[in-house]
Amino acid sequence: MAVSDLQLPENVVVSRLDALANWCRKNSLWPMPFATACCGIELMATGASKHDLARFGAEVFRFSPRQCDLMIVAGRVVMKMLPVLQRIWQQMHEPKWCISMGACASTGGVFDTYAVVQGIDRFIPVDMYVPGCPPRPEQLIQAIMDLQDKIQREGTITGREFDTAGRQARKRALVEIATPLTIDASRNPNLQRELAAAAESIPART
Amino acid sequence: MPFTPPAVDEVIAALCERHGAMETSVYRGQARIVVPEALSLEALEFLKRSGFDLLVDVTCVDYLDYRGATSRYGLVYLLSNTATNQRLTVRVFVDDPDPTVRSVVSLWEGANWLEREVWDLFGIRFTGHPDLRRLVMPEEFTAHPLRKDYPLQGRGERHNFPVITRDHS
Amino acid sequence: MSIVSPEFDVPTSGPAAGARSEDYLWTLNFGPQHPATHTTLRLVLKLEGERVVDALPEMGYLHSGFEKIGEHLTFNQYVTVTDRMNYISPMANNVAWHHAVEALLGIDLTPRCTYIRTIIAELARISDHLLCNGAVGLDTGAFTFFLYGFYQREVIYDIFETLCGARFTNSYTRVGGVAQDFTPLVIEKIRGFLKTFPKTLDDMERLLTRNRIFVDRTKGVGVLTKEEAVNRSATGPVARASGVTRDLRKDEPYLAYADLDFNVCCATAGDCYARYLVRMQEMRESLKLVRQALENLPAGPVNVGIDQRTALPTKQQVYSTIEGTISHFELSMSNRGFEVPSAESYAAIEAPNGELGFYVVGDGGESAYRARCRPPSVLHFAMFPHLIRGHTLSDVVAVLGSLNIIAAELDR
Repeated sequence: MAVSDLQLPENVVVSRLDALANWCRKNSLWPMPFATACCGIELMATGASKHDLARFGAEVFRFSPRQCDLMIVAGRVVMKMLPVLQRIWQQMHEPKWCISMGACASTGGVFDTYAVVQGIDRFIPVDMYVPGCPPRPEQLIQAIMDLQDKIQREGTITGREFDTAGRQARKRALVEIATPLTIDASRNPNLQRELAAAAESIPART
Repeated sequence: MPFTPPAVDEVIAALCERHGAMETSVYRGQARIVVPEALSLEALEFLKRSGFDLLVDVTCVDYLDYRGATSRYGLVYLLSNTATNQRLTVRVFVDDPDPTVRSVVSLWEGANWLEREVWDLFGIRFTGHPDLRRLVMPEEFTAHPLRKDYPLQGRGERHNFPVITRDHS
Repeated sequence: MSIVSPEFDVPTSGPAAGARSEDYLWTLNFGPQHPATHTTLRLVLKLEGERVVDALPEMGYLHSGFEKIGEHLTFNQYVTVTDRMNYISPMANNVAWHHAVEALLGIDLTPRCTYIRTIIAELARISDHLLCNGAVGLDTGAFTFFLYGFYQREVIYDIFETLCGARFTNSYTRVGGVAQDFTPLVIEKIRGFLKTFPKTLDDMERLLTRNRIFVDRTKGVGVLTKEEAVNRSATGPVARASGVTRDLRKDEPYLAYADLDFNVCCATAGDCYARYLVRMQEMRESLKLVRQALENLPAGPVNVGIDQRTALPTKQQVYSTIEGTISHFELSMSNRGFEVPSAESYAAIEAPNGELGFYVVGDGGESAYRARCRPPSVLHFAMFPHLIRGHTLSDVVAVLGSLNIIAAELDR
């Protein structure tokens, strides 16, 4: 007998289990505010009274990565901070998502300098990018709504978060490849290009 | 017109009388004096005793290809007198290799981090500094990025991190 | 609350008798990603029980090479980067940067421009102090106070947005002037703010100033004496709360401050509570300054004239006079620009956080040879171990909040 043949009372809805799980997840995002710079102030403004992120079920800012499932990276991430960012990302439990808020977090923004990482997506996975320097609170809210759509659409109930053994093995592999800060261009084509460019671009002033 | 601070001729005259003639100049009302590196600590101590009690800033300029420059690094000590509002800029010039100058932490506690920053970004060693470590760059960093021969976009250090993908986390 | 000396006794009995006192210490890492630091700074605290024996502050988690960028951007472009320096009061940074550039170039501003810059700098001071005191309140458990402050900051954001189109990365000033003149709508909005803000300020003071919990948590905590304040190069509200009467607005009057009537707010206690009170009082003085400046706002052009050849001429001048056309053409050409002397100069303003100055070295080119920023936050953060020794762990957030350390300005 198909589900559609059932005689159901009026207030009962039939759905798939993962659609229900995704619906729960998307409406109770707990953000982890990785706020480093100016965008952090707009992140605070988004949570504060005028814009009120609570309308989208995402007002529960938790500063412990263990309690969160949405990391909002607000502000530029520099060389000294990136290992911290990666560690916090790994401390978060699955399922987890990441919003890169602002031009600096997404691309380095105006800070194309020696210390600033040119986009966090080079080093951690990012789900949603918010342009702007800094983005207005409305833009961040839009990004959260888009992310909710994405969670509802893609979902993860059959996905990776239950594959504990496989995940643990991969984490061990990562610890092995993590090396101290010595330049090793062989792994990274970006780095090779930068090195070549840097060798030529020592500024000559007249 | 911007405010012109009170003149500091008397203090400069007293300093020159004590330690020998030094090069002085005034630019738009801002007095500055060039102190030889060998006398820097004594001169600054004398200035502190003469009333310049506030060390506003310690910084450095790299004159690598600056027109007319004779030394490579020029340290800048900005002093201020909180009673009379006089200001004085003290310059100390040092050169490669191994640019070194004596620390003024014994005079002003506030110089501690300012000197660490100059060491970090310019590689000028301060002898007598209690804790001369890098201040803003990571400990493993090897260059001194505000030197003029260091490129703006770095030498690729900013890309040298392990990449975490969805599979890793 | 009394300050406990950091030395403590070696136990004479029990299993730990005679042990070196350091054996009892434990180390707590605090930051760089921690809600109470508000920004990205790190502390390694050495604790004996709950008492802080020593603190090792560390910075650089937001070092983005601002000073290196200053050597590559032109004098007008770099103002966008100064916005991101102290992002609590960007307007004050804009004013400070172009104040220093104009000191190097020797430009006299028009009277209207000085008044406009005074108004925006004072509004920036109000918004900074609102957030700083709000954060102190937040960290000591007064959340409502923070929300009151943040609501008023939104009003100031709104004024700035009407003025230049951006909420808080304004980039409003230019060499020899500002980007746009005040419109009647802006003046109306500032008038509205002047009318409503005193009431909110009264409410905020009633909420916190005599609140028993707040007073207990801040009074006598983090005491900085006057001698130490000068020796450790403290400036701004931190120094004034310790009895240093230095205020560049009075001592080296720049912009329009010489014409306006205001008081320098000082306290002598030097603790967190005194710093809170100084900031609260300074907001009232800033309000007074804004009101006077708005009433006496001179008419006339806002940018310097064509003869100074630094600010872009108005559209009217470009289209109707030959001097205007030539000036606009020359300033827009990449290889012309304005003349910069091969000289060095330092000029500072009294920013909300303290003395914010720029040491600018010109080499005749269109960008600075060196653009050094004198950041008040670095010197305030450097004295943190001195302030916290002997206090308890919960006082760390009160002291950090009252110093108002902004990481982007701290690390640059």
